[in-house]
Amino acid sequence: MNAHVEKVRARGARMRQRWQNMPRQVRWIAIIALLVFLYLLPNRWFYINLWYFRTMESDMATVLFETSFFVLLAVGLNVVVGFAGLLDLGYFGFFAVGAYTVALLTSPESRFDIGWPWLLAVPAAVAVTMLSGVILGTPTLRLRGDYLAIVTLGFAEMIRLYAARNEGIANGQRGIPEIPHPVPDLKGSDGQSVFGVVDARPYYWLTLTIIIFVILGVRNLTRSRVGRAWVAIREDEDAAQIMGVPTFKYKLWAFAIGAAVGGLSGALFAGKQSFINSDSFQLTNSILVLAAVILGGAGNVYGAVIGAFITWYLPEWVRGIGGALGLEINVAEYRILIFGAVLIIMMIFRPQGILPSRRRAAEFADRRQEAAPTEASA
Amino acid sequence: MTDTADKAPDTTATDTPPPQREALLEVDHVTLRFGGVVALNDVNFTLYKGEILGLIGPNGAGKTTCFNAMTGVYTPTQGEIRFRGERVSGRARHKITQLGIARTFQNIRLFPEMTALENVMVGADAHHKTSVPSALFRLPRFWKEERSGRDRAHDLLRFVSIERPGELARNLSYGEQRRLEIARALATSPTLLCLDEPAAGFNPAEKDALLKLIRKIRDTGVTVLLIEHDMRLVMGVTDRIVVLEFGKKIAEGLPAEVRDNPAVIAAYLGVPTDAA
Repeated sequence: MNAHVEKVRARGARMRQRWQNMPRQVRWIAIIALLVFLYLLPNRWFYINLWYFRTMESDMATVLFETSFFVLLAVGLNVVVGFAGLLDLGYFGFFAVGAYTVALLTSPESRFDIGWPWLLAVPAAVAVTMLSGVILGTPTLRLRGDYLAIVTLGFAEMIRLYAARNEGIANGQRGIPEIPHPVPDLKGSDGQSVFGVVDARPYYWLTLTIIIFVILGVRNLTRSRVGRAWVAIREDEDAAQIMGVPTFKYKLWAFAIGAAVGGLSGALFAGKQSFINSDSFQLTNSILVLAAVILGGAGNVYGAVIGAFITWYLPEWVRGIGGALGLEINVAEYRILIFGAVLIIMMIFRPQGILPSRRRAAEFADRRQEAAPTEASA
Repeated sequence: MTDTADKAPDTTATDTPPPQREALLEVDHVTLRFGGVVALNDVNFTLYKGEILGLIGPNGAGKTTCFNAMTGVYTPTQGEIRFRGERVSGRARHKITQLGIARTFQNIRLFPEMTALENVMVGADAHHKTSVPSALFRLPRFWKEERSGRDRAHDLLRFVSIERPGELARNLSYGEQRRLEIARALATSPTLLCLDEPAAGFNPAEKDALLKLIRKIRDTGVTVLLIEHDMRLVMGVTDRIVVLEFGKKIAEGLPAEVRDNPAVIAAYLGVPTDAA
């Protein structure tokens, strides 16, 4: 098993090396091409030609939007689980807090009825979820491993049950309707609002843009003292603390950042659906995001993206395939079942995930050469 | 190296450290109990600035416990430990590191999935001020600290002769891992470096290299506390030795004195019942 892991590592290192060795221009062109592809993807004239890639039975743009916000969730959770190594089973709790904050601030049906525009409510939602992350984290981050998992699980369930039972603020099962869409004043060429009910594309583009910024932010953090502290905590918390890492502070930061991204996805979700109730925040979703992170490769931003993409997009895609092959099975309904099996297989054959976290050996390759000549004099 | 040899006679010339030597760490009548077990019993000694102090004793004598108490892992039941006059226990462990006490571990505890360079940079970060906001927005202070931390890490890796800074810690050889721990501890800019059996599992050649490294560290102005089983290493490198047995200090003095101390010989070799 170990030999296999080593082999995979070596292969990954070679691929990374090859990528690093490409001229800067080539890398930029590849990245830009990928981004252009992703932005073009929800257009019918574009995806209609990708018969092997597009979904058959569901609206491609809607599926892409759902996938994209699921990716955003995975990127956020990856900070908590992948980098800092804190097992958070209640990530959807933060998602719910973000969604409800937006709903309460914007909807005319909400108890407060202050009717903020969506755009203004988003930063508020992020701030509130971050705060809820700090409030939850302050007492619980002293716990480790399984205990933390149980507490976060409880948190998510508390949020959901409160939303379901509370009539005063959360409207119980009836939920909160009439949440405004983002930027209603932005009109398209047909005089309709760009962010409407029918067309999911603008929401996808918005989420995609947010994902890009979040990924850049997370990358900046992981390639800094903060990221080193997170990995050190994950590897050996006691040793990290003795080496001067304020472990509690950085765990709390990881928690707060993860929560903020979760809240941001919740805000997007509320803005798209324009209606939320507690049913949107089932526990299985928390587990599914976690599974996506593990599947993709905890501790690697792009691993989380790929994991989330596979987790959400593939079942939708297979649904169409089933239909095309004349099968009566709706594969999407068996998503969790198939997913469980895939995870077990992954844990046996590739426990590090599809795109595992790799320490950035190549980044220092040039420094190594630089250091070698001075070796003799030292 | 010759430098150290020149200094050595000075210290051997006097029986006790001259009073003008500045006390760095004071272990002041420390008792540490775990339930009914007395791990340390009224242990009392002082570590002076610039010296290499050996802490020896048979297995289970309380060396590592003493060590853990000094680095703030355990709080003494009675007595206290002062570092530059300030109480050590009761502080968060990372604060103690910032105070200037660094340590290595008896069983190597590196961050295996990080590169050698990153391991050392974690230590260097101990005195850095950047946090999430400046790292997120790549403020000038971030670049400044990142660069200085990286340069320092490279210097330290060269200092302990690790030639592959980009290698994952887990892929380094055993000896390199031990030296990497030392580099990581040094990166926190300590005044006091505590080494917990750094030569465990070393062959004679490696032990010699380690001996030289420890002297080199002392020559940079760092005080060293050394726990070690290997007598040759301890006798060869330390300025003074404290001997523990069953949680009690049974001897303290220059290496030569300690070597001839009957109590120490008894502790290590055992005493025939009729002689006792």
